[in-house]
Amino acid sequence: MKPRVATVWLGGCSGCHMSFLDLDERLIELADKMELVYSPIADIKEFPHNVDVTLVEGAITNSENEEYAHIIRKRSKFIVAFGDCATTGNVTAMRNRFTPDEILKRSYIELAEKNPQIPNDYTTLAQLLKKARPLHEVIKVDAWLHGCPPTADQIWFAMTSLLEGKIPVLPPAYLRYG
Amino acid sequence: MGVVTFTMDDVQYSANEGDTILKVARDNGVHIPTLCFLEGLSPVGACRLCLVEIEGSPKLFPACTTKPAEGMIVRTQTERLKKYRKMIVELLASEGNHQCAVCVVNGHCELQDLAYEVGLDHVRFPYLYPAKTLDASHKEFVIDRNRCVLCTRCVRVCHEVEGAHVWDIANRGINCEIIADMNTPWGESDLCTSCGKCVRVCPVGALLEKGATVGELKKERGFVKVIVTARSKHEWITVEDHEEE
Amino acid sequence: MTIEDLHELAEKERQRQAQYKYRILYCSSAGCVSSGCEAARTALKQALEEHGVAKQCELVGTGCLGMCGEGPLVLVHNDQTLYQRVDATIARKIVEEHILKGNIVREHTIDLNDPFFAEQKKIVLENMGKINAESIEEYIAADGYSALVKVLSGMTPEDVISEIRRSNLRGRGGAGYPTGLKWDIVRKSPSDQKYVVCNADEGDPGAFMDRSVLEGDPHRVLEGMAIAGYAVGANQGYIYVRAEYPLAIERLRLAIKQAERLGILGNRILESNFNFHIDIRIGAGAFVCGEETALIRSIMGRRGRPRPRPPFPSEKGLWDKPTVINNVETFANVPPIIRNGASWFTSIGTQKSPGTKVFALAGKVKRTGLIEVPMGISLRKVVFDIGGGTPDGSTFKAVQTGGPSGGCIPEQHLDLPVDYESLQSVGSIMGSGGMIVMDNTSDMVDVAKFFMEFCMDESCGKCIPCRVGTKHIYMMLDKIVKEEGTEEDFALLQELCVMVKETSLCGLGQSAPNPVLSTIRFFREEYTKKLQPTSCYEGNASTITETNGEQK
Repeated sequence: MKPRVATVWLGGCSGCHMSFLDLDERLIELADKMELVYSPIADIKEFPHNVDVTLVEGAITNSENEEYAHIIRKRSKFIVAFGDCATTGNVTAMRNRFTPDEILKRSYIELAEKNPQIPNDYTTLAQLLKKARPLHEVIKVDAWLHGCPPTADQIWFAMTSLLEGKIPVLPPAYLRYG
Repeated sequence: MGVVTFTMDDVQYSANEGDTILKVARDNGVHIPTLCFLEGLSPVGACRLCLVEIEGSPKLFPACTTKPAEGMIVRTQTERLKKYRKMIVELLASEGNHQCAVCVVNGHCELQDLAYEVGLDHVRFPYLYPAKTLDASHKEFVIDRNRCVLCTRCVRVCHEVEGAHVWDIANRGINCEIIADMNTPWGESDLCTSCGKCVRVCPVGALLEKGATVGELKKERGFVKVIVTARSKHEWITVEDHEEE
Repeated sequence: MTIEDLHELAEKERQRQAQYKYRILYCSSAGCVSSGCEAARTALKQALEEHGVAKQCELVGTGCLGMCGEGPLVLVHNDQTLYQRVDATIARKIVEEHILKGNIVREHTIDLNDPFFAEQKKIVLENMGKINAESIEEYIAADGYSALVKVLSGMTPEDVISEIRRSNLRGRGGAGYPTGLKWDIVRKSPSDQKYVVCNADEGDPGAFMDRSVLEGDPHRVLEGMAIAGYAVGANQGYIYVRAEYPLAIERLRLAIKQAERLGILGNRILESNFNFHIDIRIGAGAFVCGEETALIRSIMGRRGRPRPRPPFPSEKGLWDKPTVINNVETFANVPPIIRNGASWFTSIGTQKSPGTKVFALAGKVKRTGLIEVPMGISLRKVVFDIGGGTPDGSTFKAVQTGGPSGGCIPEQHLDLPVDYESLQSVGSIMGSGGMIVMDNTSDMVDVAKFFMEFCMDESCGKCIPCRVGTKHIYMMLDKIVKEEGTEEDFALLQELCVMVKETSLCGLGQSAPNPVLSTIRFFREEYTKKLQPTSCYEGNASTITETNGEQK
């Protein structure tokens, strides 16, 4: 059975996923070795059970991210923080010196060109957490993949070790802050 | 001058009396990480990265201020020391706002170097996201306290080399901050000679030159060699071209 | 003034005191000041005057009488009757019944045979309840400055040091470094200028030993410093006292002025060739300035930040000159040692820790206050005999010694003798003398959090482990107290505590984790029961099994 792999996009810009696509022709090689069971680039509605490896992009910045992180944790054997937002909070966390109210006011009132109003239907919308946090502050994380975004080579290194059945521990050459 | 012989990482070294362990290590190519230390400034033993073990004592000693004694057995790379060095870098990373797009490109950040060196892949302590200020009131330079690691190199170079003592530390503990004069905007400082020494010795991007490109934001890593003359014209005379270490 | 003049002055003072029928001493230390001793004094004075006995009675303010929880305290010296909670009405009663008719007002007295007093041994506090805290004459009449006289009339500096060394007096600031050894190093360090510094920057929460000594018997400290100055060859002393102690500062200023007026301080002391001046330096209230290298920098007018040792102040101290720096209580022990000899001193306490130790006993005990006990006394005796045990209905849980640098000692170690090594063996320290008793109502994680908050606020910020580490330790404790912490937080907390302890620059950071580590050691379940479970993998995927490279 091929390893079941998922990728998730939480509080990030999807740049890490774009970088994943930069694997280019190596993607074909990857596709042979794994089964992609969930991803923003695959149309699957619910996060499946019994996932071997999940790559999580983005920080935990709203209530949905937080809830989702716990679901992912329960259903994935190994979780890789994918990129700097998941690892350090990075750009997503730059809002942390302001309160959510200040941020919403700035975005939806002060900078609004038309119809300024703060969205308030939280039955369908996720609510901002007080602070955006890196993934490992919320759930247990097994490996970290640095970079904003991580380069295709870093991703390749991580994916190939994972598919060989190993947890990737990045050598210093693959550490990259930003 | 007397000479002492001591052992460091199982190799014997001779040191001139008065030399520190760090000096002997550097002279002989033994790498001990440092942050607050800068040759030419008084050592303060504050960053604790250069801590070493000395046989016979349960305590750890900063290599930058500890002098070898005859027969001393020093260890600089034990598992305990490596673990603590990594934790120190973790603590530093959590303390400031170090999301930075510059260092990763130009590679001129000692905090980043340290993080590479200790293999920092994530920080286990919650980030503090302090509300720090940036002061761009000086016509040549900027201080961005978000990036500051409080090594006090700027404080020391300004006091000890330039003799101006513009910089000092305000507050205490986690609230410490570098301030100009009596906490006035840098541009209004009566004491500042605009010599730029502080900018050159800053190990991170807390002090920087205005109008420089990312690639130009380089730091002086060796001994302080800058002498100020025509300061108003943004011209500095250096004793010699600064060499990278 | 010559030595003979001094003896004459003492004799005159003794005669003056003898002429009074009653000597009434009210406690004028800060504790009783805040519980209203001024009102008691006024009432006593008025009553004495109204009844026309003011001339036969002397009413003076004395040093701390110890049982601070029961203040204001008034002591009728002649028959050693101690009155508690003296307000204006009781004061009047004391005069009308006790002074006029000789009937002790029993319902307001404290029995001096109570274990609170009986188990104590007073050396440092010997003059509390004996002399007027503001009178040099009374100090001299109570054998004060006789040790300085003894030193100046025939002892060489080496003699003094060898006497102190034989007494095995150890630093009362908490670390227990042998005082004689320290003095010897300073004596032998070559320099044209040396200094003596008295560390009166007492900052532990709840501790007031040094304050009480300075307020009640300031001359004893000056005498100890002058003897130290003679022994090491210093002509200048500084007392670094925190600004939060205005009464201590006032009394010290007065004492220095009095001593200078009599030629006991200044040039050619008691017509000898010894010169010694003492100045006061007032600290701005930073706890870290109790650390000797930070204190020295603060005296020099610089930011109070510690520096790595060595070099120790005994070689490079104030303005890089050899400097003796001792705690208030250490200096206060010096005159009686010189007066009575080292062997007298070593007969008290234990072999390794001779003498006594002053503690500020506080917390959940029936009797709180300032106590002085012989070293080696058991903690149980201090808590249950002197302190009278925990209040009715509650049970003892722990005693905290050493303030924010110390640890919590549980019931099973209560029979430990109070000395430097024993306290250290259970993860606490002697410290400067704070002793806080906790009962079953105290949450030990919360206790640890309280002390960590103190250390975090007081960290000078120089070294990274203390500056950032204490902040994170505090945040983790807060998380655990709020029952939001996980097993991983708890493990990381312990790792960080050990790291901060081992890597911090000065004593503040090195000892800041002690309250956490000692409560984890003895009250682990109070932490673990607050921890929360974390989400973990619930499935059975099993492809990935091993790691490559080094795992963290």
